[in-house]
Amino acid sequence: MASRDDIKFLSNPNIGNKRKKYCRFRKYGIKYIDYKDADFLKQFVNEQGKILPRRITGNSLKYQRRMATAIKRARHLAMMPYVTDLLK
Amino acid sequence: MRQYEVTFIVDPVLSSDEAKSTVQTYINLLKDEGCTIVHIDEMGLRQLAYPINRRNTGVYYCVEFQPKDGTVIDRMELSFRRDERIMRFLVAKLDKYGIKYNEDKRAGKIGKVKKKEEKKEEKSGRSRPRTDRKPAHQPKEEKAAAPPVEEKVAEPVADANPTTKAEEKNDGGEA
Repeated sequence: MASRDDIKFLSNPNIGNKRKKYCRFRKYGIKYIDYKDADFLKQFVNEQGKILPRRITGNSLKYQRRMATAIKRARHLAMMPYVTDLLK
Repeated sequence: MRQYEVTFIVDPVLSSDEAKSTVQTYINLLKDEGCTIVHIDEMGLRQLAYPINRRNTGVYYCVEFQPKDGTVIDRMELSFRRDERIMRFLVAKLDKYGIKYNEDKRAGKIGKVKKKEEKKEEKSGRSRPRTDRKPAHQPKEEKAAAPPVEEKVAEPVADANPTTKAEEKNDGGEA
């Protein structure tokens, strides 16, 4: 029989543990979101370049709104794509 | 006084002298209207995320200025629209944090370095609890769950994955 170290779990044992989401702008004291910094904004976007909802990013409403406007500005200036595949 | 920031993309086909002269015309226009130019940032030739006017690259410029009144912006936008050499432009009002951010950026306090550090912190914050949790859970569950039970469960799970993959393939083929 396999030793205990060799046993692999069928499901991820951490599955029940919810990690508390937080607003990274609040946490790190970022007051201004620059629309010219596309690399930073890419964190809040999925592979197709869609803005991720608050339920996933965990941002506070205020910064989610500002982040969304920043992404939209970046899209207008062709720093980020409107639609794409395999952004990341 | 309010502070604004105008970012625009100049046609990359123009020679560097022509590009500079176009930028200079707008700076002169702003200066003639009594604006104080805070900073001119030449971001250089960059790849566009999508083609504009069949061009895949563009020369980015960013000018920060403080106008006496808002009427300048209308006139500036009009001349931007009429100018064929300008591919895109965006005028944005800066709040106090935005002004501070740009000042810090110029001073070199904010750069990509600082943001990478932040990202690293976040990543390490994520990875640490996971690694800590795993050893804590493993011994308990191993004691409770007997190995044969796991083997039985393993078969349906292993079966389930190929079927879902196959379904995805089928969907893709039909679409």
